[in-house]
Parts: sequence; C-alpha cells; structure tokens
Amino acid sequence: MISAGIDVGGKNVHIVITKNGTILARVGGPTGINKAEAAEQLYAEALKQAGLKREDVTQVVATGSSGPRVTFANGVIPDAAADARGVIKLIPSARTIIDVGAEEGRAIKISPEGKVLDFAINERCAAGTGTFVDTMSRALEVPVEEMAKLSLKSTRSIPMNAQCAVFGESEVVSLIHQKTPKPDIARAVHDAIAGRISSVARIVGLEKDVVMIGGVAKNLGFVESLKRDLGMEVKVPDDPDFVGALGAATAAAAGVLEEKVEAKVVEKEKIEEGKA
Amino acid sequence: MVEVKKVEYWRWPETSWVNPDIDWKKGKLVTAGVDVGSVSSQAVVMVDGQLYAYSNTRTGSDSPDSAWKCVNMALEKSDMKVDNIDYCIGTGYGRVNVPMAQQTITEIACHARGANFMYGPEIRTVLDMGGQDCKAIRCDERGKVMKFMMNDKCAAGTGRGMEVFADLIRVPVWEIGPRSFQIKQEPPMISSTCVVFAKTEVVGLLQEGMPENDIMAAYCAAMAHRITELLNRLGMEEKFAITGGIAKNEGVVKRLEKELGVKSIDKVWHDPKMQEKGLPFDTQIAGGIGAALFAFAMLERGKAQSARKA
Repeated sequence: MISAGIDVGGKNVHIVITKNGTILARVGGPTGINKAEAAEQLYAEALKQAGLKREDVTQVVATGSSGPRVTFANGVIPDAAADARGVIKLIPSARTIIDVGAEEGRAIKISPEGKVLDFAINERCAAGTGTFVDTMSRALEVPVEEMAKLSLKSTRSIPMNAQCAVFGESEVVSLIHQKTPKPDIARAVHDAIAGRISSVARIVGLEKDVVMIGGVAKNLGFVESLKRDLGMEVKVPDDPDFVGALGAATAAAAGVLEEKVEAKVVEKEKIEEGKA
Repeated sequence: MVEVKKVEYWRWPETSWVNPDIDWKKGKLVTAGVDVGSVSSQAVVMVDGQLYAYSNTRTGSDSPDSAWKCVNMALEKSDMKVDNIDYCIGTGYGRVNVPMAQQTITEIACHARGANFMYGPEIRTVLDMGGQDCKAIRCDERGKVMKFMMNDKCAAGTGRGMEVFADLIRVPVWEIGPRSFQIKQEPPMISSTCVVFAKTEVVGLLQEGMPENDIMAAYCAAMAHRITELLNRLGMEEKFAITGGIAKNEGVVKRLEKELGVKSIDKVWHDPKMQEKGLPFDTQIAGGIGAALFAFAMLERGKAQSARKA
C-alpha cells in the first residue's frame, strides 16, 4: 500500500511517500504565506519524484501546525502522534522525543509501541524555537546553516541573559561590540535554547533513548548544547526534519486518520513580583 | 550627487528643555536625577524641588556615555554646569554606571515618586511602559511603593516590541497611535503575544491586503492585552497613571483602558501653576523626576551632603 505523510510546519513543509514501509520520495520546501498551496505544489513534486500518480496513493495523512489546511488529506493527526510513530519506526529503543521546529519546542514520552504517554510544549514564544537561532544568526551576520560549525569552534561558555529573541538580538549586538569571538556567541545562543528545551523535556521525564528530531536537530552545535544540558546522550536520525512526515505516512499506512493527544503547556515565569 | 537617507522608523526625536522662569543661581539646592534605561535615558534637574531642565535621549551602547549625553543635553541651553549640582541620583537599568551620581535608587521607587509629582497624590497604581520592560506599581499618597510586578523578560508590551513593529510596517513609531484610530471598525487583535511571531502574522495580513491602519489597530490591541495581564495580577486601585514611552501611544493607551474598564488619569501636571505655564509634560521623565526629588529630600533632611563643586 502506498501512503503519504504531509507535515505543514511554521516554516517548512515536509512530505514523505512510502510503500509498505519503504520511503519512495522525500520532498521539503518553504511553507510561505499560502500554506494550502505550498502543500499542493510540494505534493505534486513528491509524486513526480516517486514516479506516481495521485490515484496511486491510498491514504494521505497530514500533520504539523497547519496540517488541517491540507485539502487533499484523508486524515489529520497531531504533531506529537506523528513524531511518535516516525521515531519508533527509525529507532525502536526511543522512549523520549525532543522535537524543535521553527515555531515550537516539544517533548514527548512514548511507549515501546509508539503511543504518546506524555506531551509537553513550550508556550508560544520564539525563544524556545528554531526562530531564535534564525534571529541570532542574522545578528551575527552568519547564514543559519553555519551556526553549528561556528559554535563547535567555541572553547568557552558565556551566559546569555536575554530570554527573548528580541532582547537577545540586542544582546548579541552588544557582545559583538565588546569583541566577543563569534564562536562563543553562537555557542551561547545554542546553550540558551538548550536550557529552555531541557526544562520542557524534564516535564515529561527523560528516559533513554532520547531522540531529537525537527529542523533544529540538523544543527549539531545545538545538539551538543542539549546533550551537555541534559547530561545524557541524544540520538539524531538522518533527515530529522522529515520524521514527522514519516510518522504521518506510517499512520496513513495503518489506517489511522485521527488521534487525540493532550498537551501540557510550559510557561516561562516572566513576571517578577516584589514588595517595596 | 543624490544622498539616499536611510529612514529609521523607530528613531523618535531626542528632546531637551530648560525652564525660562527659574534663575537657578537664586535657588538653594540643585538636584538631578539621571535615569539610564536600556532604550532611553533622561536627565532631570530641579532647583529647590521645581522642574528646571530635562532631556530625553536614546541610550547608546555604553551606559556612562549615555549618562553624560543626557546630562549635557539637559544643560545645553542653560548656563548651569554639572559642578553646580548639589546632589545627583542615578536610576534605571544602567544606574550602576552613572558617573556623576552620588548614589543610586531603584527605578521602581523613582517612577512611583515621579508619577506622584507629575500626576498628584491621588495616584495609587502606576504603569510604566518602558523600552525593554513593563512595570506595574502600587503606591501610597506620597508615591511610596507598596508592591509591584515587572516583566523584563519578554518584548511583548514593551517599547522594543513597538519599535520592531514600526520598522516592519515602515511607519514612524509616533504615527502608529493616531493612525490606529483611522479605521472603520476595530479588527481582531494580533493573536500572537510574542513579538517575533506577531511579525510573521503581520506579514501575512499585509499580503492579504489588510489596510495598514487596521494592522496598527490590531497590534496595539495585542500589546494592550499583554499589559492587562500584568495589571490584573497586581490588582489595580484608582487613580491610575501611565508613565514611560508607550504612554505617548494613544493607540495602546485607549485600548488598554477599554480592556481594563479603567481610565488612566489625564496627562497634565497635577500642579495647576505648571499646567498654566504650559511646561512640557513628558511621560518619559517620571523616573528622573523621582530621582531628583529623592535627592532634594535627602539634602533637606540632612541625610546627604552637598557634592557641589562650584
């Protein structure tokens, strides 16, 4: 049976087409403003890559923050459920998933069968997401793909006080004025988000094997910071940003067209209280 | 040769003012308050507790330089020199680096005291919407702080949040308030409180063709909403006064008042003589005023000694 998984995220769309569990095609591209259109166009590309016609695909399941916008999907499942299915397929020993995308950081505890046992997300704040890295890379005047290499050259850790992407940008600019070496700044950026992601992960409990997926998993500098903060080994599968789509395709193949998952929202304490 | 000037929509104009009716040489005690914030810095000079001069400037990358800049600008149009100041108190986020100050006092205390001077003793709740933080303060009739809540970790509800927006839609920051009312109907507020995600939402709305003024209304509403959370947690008591830069943005103020169901006190001097003379009422100098007043009180009560050098 041929199935497709469409993951429409805040920044990118990822699509996976599978046949009896084997990946036939894998296509990714920017979500842009018109999400339904982006999904359509990239799906057409994926079909072409696999040498298939639309009618060859039995089931299409969508996921991601804009999964519901996919007009041609047979079903929609939440990100956490898609992540769980995708990860367990690739790494059967996985028990904790950390998924950091452009707009959300999530932690999922899963059973050996790939069921979501517990799920926590960062509140809607750019500081715990890939957007934070993007913003800081612009302040450093470095393409975001270079951030990993840059931070891995750092020899020391410096604190980053800002817990906000907007203030963080000003802080990076002052660090540059103070002649702080760019590798140390890049590392500080990764350490800062790693700290936030770890607190979300600790809500669901850290059980081995801890697996990281999502676009930010491609940033090996961030993964190093996360390992340091967790004090644990973190596994990253190949093409970590496609795992959600793979999970959706796996759900499609199993005939699962919807799933309910409850999320715990972790809010960072932003308000300081005081007496005179 | 044509010079292309890069427009900076967030760069509000720096100002200074000297009181034409006060001859400082005839006064007894000259005190100053220097409020160095992360975005703006103000210097306020008082003669025997009367407002003599002030400046409102942009903070640079160096706190001591910013302190000197705002003090020099405040005194620029006067013949007073820094050495003529009896006592100076530094406040604000950069207060530890105010070279001309004899001591520092927290900005919370200075803002409450300053609001009390500007708006009068009926004030019990002060909201200071600053450049990189937002403070809600409960005070008594003397401007003494009873309790407070502060958000300094998130750009939503701060001046920076508004500056980022101004840059994005390419409208000078001081035009946003008035233009946000040139709409037919109040649009739904921007759903993201996070400034970064709000930016993406705004880009989407611009592409969908939403009129710019409507987008400004939606953004001001979102900012107002963020601030009500802070005030509700603190618990409000009237009269309610607003200080800081965003107090000048009626787009945010009016929507805030609507959501709270409480009107803020009019932005006029409590002292009718000051109001009659038409002295400028700049909501950003509350912290500096408070600091200068604390300095005056300390000298009067013998709790501090004059540091005047000339």
